Amino acid sequence: MRVHADPDACIGSGLCALRLPEVFDQSEEDGTVVLLRAEPGPDQQAGVVQAVDTCPARALWVETTGA
Amino acid sequence: MTTQTKETPPSGESLRAPLPTELLHRDDAFTPPPALTATAERSPITRSTLPGGDPFWLVTGYEEGRALLADLRFSADRFQYHPRFKELPEELREQLRNDKARAGSFINMDPPDHTRYRKLLTGQFTLRRMRQLTARIEEIVTERIDAMLAGGNTADLVSEFAIPVPTLVMCELLGVRYSDREEFQRSTASLLRMDLPVKEALANVEAQREFMQRLVADKRDNPSDDMISGLIHHAGADPALTEDELINIANLLLIAGHETTANMLGLGTFALLRHPEQLAALRADPSRMGDAVEELLRYLSIVHTGIFRFAREDVELGGERLPAGSTVVVSLVAANRDGQHWPTPELLDVGRPRAPHLAFGHGVHQCLGQQLARVEMTVAYGELLRRLPNLRLAVPPEEIPLRNDMLTYGVYSLPVTWDAP
Repeated sequence: MRVHADPDACIGSGLCALRLPEVFDQSEEDGTVVLLRAEPGPDQQAGVVQAVDTCPARALWVETTGA
Repeated sequence: MTTQTKETPPSGESLRAPLPTELLHRDDAFTPPPALTATAERSPITRSTLPGGDPFWLVTGYEEGRALLADLRFSADRFQYHPRFKELPEELREQLRNDKARAGSFINMDPPDHTRYRKLLTGQFTLRRMRQLTARIEEIVTERIDAMLAGGNTADLVSEFAIPVPTLVMCELLGVRYSDREEFQRSTASLLRMDLPVKEALANVEAQREFMQRLVADKRDNPSDDMISGLIHHAGADPALTEDELINIANLLLIAGHETTANMLGLGTFALLRHPEQLAALRADPSRMGDAVEELLRYLSIVHTGIFRFAREDVELGGERLPAGSTVVVSLVAANRDGQHWPTPELLDVGRPRAPHLAFGHGVHQCLGQQLARVEMTVAYGELLRRLPNLRLAVPPEEIPLRNDMLTYGVYSLPVTWDAP
């Protein structure tokens, strides 16, 4: 799984960082999303999917790679 | 549709409620208005009529509401679209939506205008920044509880705790001087009343504006590490924010950050006291407070007038064709109790698995201060339960006065008592 984030679309709600701080952070400057880990570990993938679903600005999406 | 001048209400008349009162009025504090529930059970999207006689579409479904709030074909610009403005006398209408009133009022803007202001502020409201404030919030909460304990073993939790805590936190964030805090609290309390004559409502708006004008001038001369000073000197603001923009942004932050959290604290405590098994679960395991806060947000959905949006173009919605300019209201109360989405939505369950709710809205306008609100609620509920042994209502629950007539729902007062230590 590969995570993508669009800081231009992001509105800085912080919900992804609240849900999964190991994968998502917020920039000090404008609070928009900062990806800490573009390829989350197996134990983080369910959380990533939830974060994508929760994002109010559709600024996150995932790409599933291989099986 | 044309408006005849003879229908214009005299300026002595009160502002109308934003929604039909049967969609707002509750008999039981925690049961949504029966008319709202009945509408929601029939269909997730229903055509209805606003108090001024204009049609609107009421969205009560969770999925439908969430999709709509993320749909940029709908505008948040009530200045341009809200049918209410056409009912107002010309002079008043002009006063409410001239350039001065609209400057920086990004809650009523669409992208890309909205984006510019939002991004100037999001850096100040990150999860990290809000968590850094935790120690100061704990101090404020501790001081208020100390004061309640010093006063005996009864108190009105609303006036002695639920209102002062978020007000003092906002004063801290905005950098309001201690000597000005009482005036600040008084004027903000009057801003959200729905029952005032138009003239009085306008005078309140003007008084609040003057207060913020003085605050902004003060921060220009005496910058500190508060948000207003930060906005005045924001490196990313090019061009720099104008006086009118700064005043309106400060006012918006103040109102949004003060009244909402105050009502969550008062009504949330009431809800916990009326659900003793939930309260006991929280006392037994305070680490569940984070989940409890999310559940209280969902269950109470205090922005009970919902979120107004306006179709920028002809839009297909729920099988109906909405002409451009149509008014749509997403009922957060109904969406957060939608039985198609939530199992047993009518139950307050602090152990409910965390899931996205609409209490803070959705889409680009989703609450800027939500992480601050989460910290305030977590600290405040937690300390109330920890420090006031056997906290309970001091009057029968049916005597608690409900804020059915206000823009944010809650309780006017909450007399409580606890065991003397």
